[in-house]
Amino acid sequence: MCLGIPGEVIELMADHPDLAMVSVEGVKRAVNVGLLREDGNGHEPGRLDLIPGDWILIHVGFALSKIDEKEAKASLEWLTGVGDAYTDELDALAASDIT
Amino acid sequence: MKYVDEYRDAETARALSTAITALCEPGRRYAFMEICGGHTHTIYKHGLEDHLPEAITLVHGPGCPVCVIPMGRVDDAIALAEQDGVIMTSFGDMMRVPGGRGSFLDSKAQGADIRMVYSPLDSLKIARKHPDKQVIFFAIGFETTTPSTAMTVLRAAAEGIDNFAVFCNHVRVTPAITAILESPDLRLDGFVGPGHVSTVIGCEPYEYVARDHGKPIVTSGFEPLDILTSIYQLMKQLAEGRCEVENEYARVVPWAGNPKALAVIDKVMEVRETFEWRGLGWIPDSAMRLRDAYAAFDAEKIYSVPGVRVADPTACQCGEVLRGAIKPWECKVFGTACTPETPIGTCMVSSEGACAAYYNYGRFSRSRVKAAAQS
Amino acid sequence: MTAHDLGAGIPVRAGWAEEAVTAAAAEEHHGAGRGSREEQVLERIARARARKPRLREERITLSHGAGGKATQTLVEAVFLEAFRNPVLEQLEDGASLRMGAERLAFTTDSYVVSPLFFPGGDIGDLAVNGTVNDLAMCGARPLHLSAGFILEEGFPVADLRRIVASMAAAAQRAGVTIVTGDTKVVERGKADGCYVTTAGVGLLERPVTLSAAAARPGDVVLVSGPIGDHGITVMLARGELDIEADLVSDTAALNGIAADLLDAGGDGVRLLRDATRGGVATICNEVAVASGVAVVIEEKAIPVRPVVNGASELLGIDPLYVACEGRFVAVVAPERADAALAALHAHPLGAGAARIGTIADDPPGLVLLRTGFGGTRIVDLLVGDPLPRIC
Repeated sequence: MCLGIPGEVIELMADHPDLAMVSVEGVKRAVNVGLLREDGNGHEPGRLDLIPGDWILIHVGFALSKIDEKEAKASLEWLTGVGDAYTDELDALAASDIT
Repeated sequence: MKYVDEYRDAETARALSTAITALCEPGRRYAFMEICGGHTHTIYKHGLEDHLPEAITLVHGPGCPVCVIPMGRVDDAIALAEQDGVIMTSFGDMMRVPGGRGSFLDSKAQGADIRMVYSPLDSLKIARKHPDKQVIFFAIGFETTTPSTAMTVLRAAAEGIDNFAVFCNHVRVTPAITAILESPDLRLDGFVGPGHVSTVIGCEPYEYVARDHGKPIVTSGFEPLDILTSIYQLMKQLAEGRCEVENEYARVVPWAGNPKALAVIDKVMEVRETFEWRGLGWIPDSAMRLRDAYAAFDAEKIYSVPGVRVADPTACQCGEVLRGAIKPWECKVFGTACTPETPIGTCMVSSEGACAAYYNYGRFSRSRVKAAAQS
Repeated sequence: MTAHDLGAGIPVRAGWAEEAVTAAAAEEHHGAGRGSREEQVLERIARARARKPRLREERITLSHGAGGKATQTLVEAVFLEAFRNPVLEQLEDGASLRMGAERLAFTTDSYVVSPLFFPGGDIGDLAVNGTVNDLAMCGARPLHLSAGFILEEGFPVADLRRIVASMAAAAQRAGVTIVTGDTKVVERGKADGCYVTTAGVGLLERPVTLSAAAARPGDVVLVSGPIGDHGITVMLARGELDIEADLVSDTAALNGIAADLLDAGGDGVRLLRDATRGGVATICNEVAVASGVAVVIEEKAIPVRPVVNGASELLGIDPLYVACEGRFVAVVAPERADAALAALHAHPLGAGAARIGTIADDPPGLVLLRTGFGGTRIVDLLVGDPLPRIC
């Protein structure tokens, strides 16, 4: 039920303001992006900060949030850092000799 | 898969595991609860407990919206499905959940028109296609799913569709967390916080957990490295004497959540005074129903449901499992009367339930497996 | 609405649940357990699982057709109970029969796939290939098929011709002939267009006996190609999920590639099974239980196309349980494993073949998966039915 999958926006559908074609590993599905659109003023639909190439989180056919590339990069860098510190430790352990 | 595979790397897992172990105080034991059923599922699916030191126990929380639906409400849904001219639509997860007399699958076998859908929008599509039928969507889920149901009702209203209705069983996550915090046998050091719910409600609603109850809580993603990182962050907080809400899942969860989604929920729905949660009892302000303005889309207003309460079997210990008081295998009927094929209680009913996850994925003797792996 | 409106009256009890608890308690034998409390519970579960399966349902549900636990229970509790004989008890893909000096393999199948036509094939392809494959999995040389048709009133003859043309082509590719058949027509509203039933016979010329009970610790588990293509293709082709993907069914006749494998592996080949309903996970469970061994699979080694992975993640299903119609699992003695894998790679249908795991002696009857993440978990028999009417 918590199932949320990251997918890439391929195309915003011009004739359906709340729909975008999204791809998950080459599997394409139309997703409703209405929850990412600001409220309109009654005459026009509100602003949608989404372009092809953006990544979104999909849950039961709706986009819940846009994936923040900067945060994603930061978290991956942190993880890599932890990994490097670990391998450095292991290398140091292997190289040290307290006898 | 981008944004998925990077968070499943085994090497980094070992590194994190070492870092977590380094933060363990000698002689101290730690217990963290993960709220979301999705987190429980990940923990077992990837064998995450193999990466944690013995000193840390993961306690499985009540965040499985399928599991907490009382049997009586399932009976109500079946009663709706069995009405003349009704097409009942539901997520796949609910198809085998047993009520007092059987499940959707059993009812389907007896002739009810029950169809599985992936999205409430699919249900609306069926309504458009069959104007002569009443299509009902069995709406379940925490705040992750509630906005989608609300958006679908708005769409139905905008298009003037008059044969679509919702049987609303959406629940809220913070009341469940409060029920855990207030239970007398609580022995937790912190929480691995809800992930996708937080994309909607944000992280602020959890501040009371740290501030008033003194437990750190880290909003966590669903990949195995996300959960390990969240545990690392919890351990760091404990080691440094901090008690805060942190957001490990910042790539997806904005601190303020999704205001549009919250507005859409508020437009279409209101909070029920109280609602029964299987295993946890009646919890005030814990569930949603459609507002009067949308009564035309409310299955409970169009039809009258039996509303009979069905109690859990006397031997069922789901409440204790949901509160983290006992582990799945400590329940007396686990694995014998209660299996995924023949679920007696909540925790076995959905594949995200703690007992189902343990039975399906974790049910083996770790010592024998280690021996086998080394041979 | 108050609690009372929501039905907060005196609760009733669910009779089926109370009875189930009492029945299970009655069957318990409390012996002295070894090991920790958790291990005792695991032993209790193992005993419960080993007991004779009982069919609790009064009506057939879709789970009974999924190829998992419910199907197994139905077969054992209803069909095996009634028809009981030594050949049937083997419960292999085909029956081995001695006819004078010859040994024959005999199998039957039925095809109810919806939709009838899908990317990569149709019900006709499935019918011929599926039957040929059951015979090939016994180690037999497939010879002759029968084809029975149950047609719905109003079904277009043009569609029937398409299906039959597929069958003729598939039969020719596989080197078999369709030698007898039957036709029935039922009223509009039944048979969903067209159902096909088949039977097949083949010659067991090789001295080898393949069986799910033949796996031994140390053996190697191979799969002949990427998994899940057929099941996902059909699910998407139903059009209910609004998902498009560049994917076709993997339906194919496996007798050629199976023969190559048997030539290379000789008496080192323990068993062959095609991964239809219930997928690779179901086969591994059948082997684990029949042979009394553990099947240990490496998640990273399982070949899956990215698009199948993507669709599975999107829908929340596991490719290990998704049906294939042109892939098989082979268990081979370790000293013949390399030669066997090479034979698969040399055949066009085996391009993506891979070694996915090994057989261990403990814990018996279980399938373990070593995850890409470095942990271990069980792969249990399927409960329920994520993909109805796949073949």
